Amino acid sequence: MSEPMAVNGDMAIAMAWKQINPDVVASYPITPQTIIVEAYSEFVADGLVDTEYVCAESEHSALSICVGSSAAGARVATATASAGLAFMWEMLYVSASMRTPIVMAVANRTLSGPINIHCDHSDAMGGRDSGWLQIFGENVQEAYDNTLMAFRIAENMKVRLPIMTCLDGFIITHALERFELLEDEKVKAFVGPYQPLRPLLDVKTPTTYGPIAMPEYYYEIKYQIVTAMMNAMDVARQVMKEFAELTGRKYDLVEGYRTEDAEYLMVAMGSTAGTVRYVVDQMRAQGKKVGAVKVRMFRPFPSEDMAKFLKGKKAVAVLDRAMSPGTGAPLYMDVQSSVSRMKDAPVISNYIYGLGGRDIMPGQLNTVFEEIMTGKGERVNYLGVRL
Amino acid sequence: MAENTSSSLAAGGMITEAGSSKKYKTGEWRSERPEVDKKKCTNCLTCWIYCPDNSIIVENEKMVGFKYTHCKGCGICANQCPVKAITMKEEGVE
Repeated sequence: MSEPMAVNGDMAIAMAWKQINPDVVASYPITPQTIIVEAYSEFVADGLVDTEYVCAESEHSALSICVGSSAAGARVATATASAGLAFMWEMLYVSASMRTPIVMAVANRTLSGPINIHCDHSDAMGGRDSGWLQIFGENVQEAYDNTLMAFRIAENMKVRLPIMTCLDGFIITHALERFELLEDEKVKAFVGPYQPLRPLLDVKTPTTYGPIAMPEYYYEIKYQIVTAMMNAMDVARQVMKEFAELTGRKYDLVEGYRTEDAEYLMVAMGSTAGTVRYVVDQMRAQGKKVGAVKVRMFRPFPSEDMAKFLKGKKAVAVLDRAMSPGTGAPLYMDVQSSVSRMKDAPVISNYIYGLGGRDIMPGQLNTVFEEIMTGKGERVNYLGVRL
Repeated sequence: MAENTSSSLAAGGMITEAGSSKKYKTGEWRSERPEVDKKKCTNCLTCWIYCPDNSIIVENEKMVGFKYTHCKGCGICANQCPVKAITMKEEGVE
């Protein structure tokens, strides 16, 4: 039996890596991710893992080392946040196109400026179109569970794409929560040994990774990522099913809460999903027909799953912890396009909130529900900003 | 246009055979073509040493010409030739 303990989200991820014991971890510390690589470097120093740990001189180098190591045939993990992820931007596209299944924890932190170390999703949204898989956790337990599942999803031969395991900076990374660690043997059996695909170090099977592709080939090679993304949906479902059999914790790409007879829904990602459920319970007690939808997998975006939840509803509020100045925010755009061919689709409004780590309060979400129930609110709303 | 489909190409466009650059006819890039005056040539093979594309043809230790399928026309051979036996001629003129 696994014993409940109290750890923060960063430590939970370091503990997951320790159980998986990747061949290479190359990283550069940045708040609020630092605890992950700090703790992991201690595991390495104490001989608890045999990982080759590389202290890179920058995030660009860290991810470059990960790409090279993965191509060489290694199982690789790294972590970053905010400006660090932005500095990796070039290599995000390279790693996805080279099909290196790197697992990277992203401790979601806003992007400068103004400079700010606190939570929002704008860093991960910068990697939205890079070809990386992206899964978001709601709490410490999910940060750990998502990490274990991430290795399976990314490394599957039908997928072979890098994956970001996203957790809200400080809210999850630094908060102590009740947490259950799986036994080492169970994790090892679930994740399994790494299977490289044409590793560079196999000199009997010579391979060139990342060759130039001129206009005649570039498009076809990029399209492979589309195919891999489509495959990732079923692979992720299967991995989540096996994980539920192992732990009893049931996950899905998109998860509904009291949605069946609901007329109004609120969609959220990350730690706010818990606050939304709390508000749903409060309003249900008052007889309001409201429900919550949590997005766990953001890339690939499970449009069909989302459409099923939204079908027949009157109105939907999509909460985005990121903005796209001049238009709607990323999650809203994906939710809206999920129902673009649906007859009598619900009215969908975007609520941007929590930027730069500002807390989101249940009362505010209550007001959002009231707004969509009465047809008020703009298409895109900036919740709580002082105008 | 190439015929390979997205699904038939190796993942990430990786190249799965050694020495495949031979199939890439870089000679198509050439705007100037090297020509040799064998009356001046001393067969010192300086051109063979310097050629970055392995495009100097040598038979029986003698320089006999250029492999135009892969010669990019960079002109290094002409520049290095100690007796000025190699000259660069514009392509498509004669």
